Amino acid sequence: MRIAVCIKQVPDTEARLRVSRDGRWIEEQDLPFVINENDEYALEEGISLAEKTGGEVVVFTLGPPRAAEALRKALALGAARAVHLEDSAFLGGDAISDGRALAAAIDREDCRLALTGSQSDDLGWGATGSVVAATLGWPHAWLVMGVELEEGGATCRVVREMESGLNENLRITLPAVLEVQAGINHPRYASLKGIMAAKRKPIDRLKPGDLGLDAQSVGAAGAGVELVSVRFPETAEGAQILDGDPATAARALVEKLQKEARVL
Amino acid sequence: MAKTIWAVLQHRDGELSRISLETLVAAQQLAQLVEGEVEAVLLGADVAELAQRAAAQMAVSRLWVADHPALATYTPGPYITVLAAAIRDATPAFVLFPHTYQSMDYFPRLAHDVGGALLPTVGAFRLVAGKLVWTRPVLGGKLQADTRVKGDGPVLASIQAGSFALDRLQRGTSPVQPLPVDLGGIPADREVLGVEQAAAEEVDLSKAEVVVAVGRGIGGADKMGVVEELAAALGAEIGASRPVIDNGWLPRDRQIGSSGQTVAPRLYVAVGISGAIQHLVGMKASGVVVAINKDRSAPIFSVADYGIVGDLHEVLPALTAAIREAKGR
Ligand SMILES: Cc1cc2nc3c(=O)[nH]c(=O)nc-3n(C[C@H](O)[C@H](O)[C@H](O)COP(=O)(O)OP(=O)(O)OC[C@H]3O[C@@H](n4cnc5c(N)ncnc54)[C@H](O)[C@@H]3O)c2cc1C
Ligand SMILES: Nc1ncnc2c1ncn2[C@@H]1O[C@H](COP(=O)(O)O)[C@@H](O)[C@H]1O
Repeated sequence: MRIAVCIKQVPDTEARLRVSRDGRWIEEQDLPFVINENDEYALEEGISLAEKTGGEVVVFTLGPPRAAEALRKALALGAARAVHLEDSAFLGGDAISDGRALAAAIDREDCRLALTGSQSDDLGWGATGSVVAATLGWPHAWLVMGVELEEGGATCRVVREMESGLNENLRITLPAVLEVQAGINHPRYASLKGIMAAKRKPIDRLKPGDLGLDAQSVGAAGAGVELVSVRFPETAEGAQILDGDPATAARALVEKLQKEARVL
Repeated sequence: MAKTIWAVLQHRDGELSRISLETLVAAQQLAQLVEGEVEAVLLGADVAELAQRAAAQMAVSRLWVADHPALATYTPGPYITVLAAAIRDATPAFVLFPHTYQSMDYFPRLAHDVGGALLPTVGAFRLVAGKLVWTRPVLGGKLQADTRVKGDGPVLASIQAGSFALDRLQRGTSPVQPLPVDLGGIPADREVLGVEQAAAEEVDLSKAEVVVAVGRGIGGADKMGVVEELAAALGAEIGASRPVIDNGWLPRDRQIGSSGQTVAPRLYVAVGISGAIQHLVGMKASGVVVAINKDRSAPIFSVADYGIVGDLHEVLPALTAAIREAKGR
């Protein structure tokens, strides 16, 4: 079975962020980028399902040239091939335009299952996988915490996270899009052998025209919403920051907790 | 023509959820901004009585009710089909959803199907030079983004819990109107097999008086000692953010947040936690909140009462010592 996995390259959550000069996004120069955390889990799920079924994983990303690093890493982890939607026309999109473009790329491959993360750590729409599914006309599930193929891959059992600590068990007919939640598995590390092998694996670069898409229907032009500006949240008035070396700050905090807040 | 704003209400055990009412507040405030009128939408099975009760206390132009056995257990197919037909028919300009896992499972797909603009996790909106600007968190809540809608399709947005104060709800009485339910053409591609508890519930953090919550900043299961010492000195239960659980550093029944437990201790000490909304919803009812984080701009500091900016591996031992000293006196 061929499994599509969508991975997005996002700023490392550890990185210190600065607002860009035009105020519309963050300064990307010198920023470390990584595979979106949920997508590492989606990739692991895809690779282990492929191993069980004797299938293969094809990874997809939509992003600038630097996103090829994320694809290379996925190839090192065990994906067979990679597809990069790489064209300036693809940039600046939203969940609708990006989901549509990714769906068009997945549609060219004969995939029975597409895995995405449930949410990206940068734009965080929590929606791109659902739009992929809607475009392809496949069923989907969001916040997937378990996948088990049944009946030779005709259906699968899915565990979907609900609120208040409940999980829903579902049977979904393939082909389907499953939007994977962190914690579903334990992602593997790349081996040296995998890293060497990845160098010989192909990355296809596609432009809107290769997907039969009009450049006006993708990226910023095809998006329904646009970012105007970003800013750091305001610190609440009440947040008193206690300064000094650790010992001084700790003692000051304890005094506040005893005398002011009266919780010690 | 006045613009119509819909608030889609979610309910459980015969009651509207709190976040649904907050979504209604958001719709009422949006109506004031754009001079529109608010209608509410309720979907479910055997909800006539709930609908009557709800309509008796909310000031909306109309409460639409889709009452059908197929809407008893949530599945995306019927929800999307009913709402897509209704949106095409009534052409609301805005459809607001409570930001819940259920809404997030279906409303992005609905937005695609009706050719609408999709805006998850909205926390605020305002007019800037006559244009609506929607604010939503990006980069894990480290930044807030102002977003604008292009095009003129319906806008489908989900409203974050706690963003619109319930005491602003305009009450009144509203007429109830049935929404047609035509479920033809839904593919039989899904079967709900059942619902179960996600984690063994061995630890009940909801009654803890003091909680020390640890985040990804701790850096590994082997580094948990400083947290255990602090918790012991405070007589606290240990909780955690989701990545700590996902990485297997602590068991899942210690998770706090939208997919974990909800706590309301007297004192909440967040250690190496950035303060993403999914975490904050699980602890916002806490009394005094202390944050220890090396990043001064981490959003946790905007909900904290006290903070120390620094490396937790240095701050925690110092804090534990200071607490022991104070308690020894
Ligand atoms: C549907 C859904 C449900 C979710 N449910 C939950 C949930 O129930 N609970 C939950 O918590 N999350 C949940 N999440 C995840 C949530 O979005 C965040 O990713 C998560 O809360 C971040 O955890 P964190 O703050 O520990 O990690 P990070 O965001 O990575 O933050 C780590 C913090 O530690 C600080 N730090 C690092 N090193 C040090 C050091 N040495 N000293 C001091 N500070 C340091 C950093 O400055 C940073 O602020 C959910 C996400 C989704 C999509
Ligand atoms: N540009 C992209 N390239 C590849 N996959 C993406 C992209 N954007 C979103 N995705 C996938 O969709 C998921 C949800 O992203 P989002 O809707 O942005 O929260 C991510 O976890 C990825 O799996």
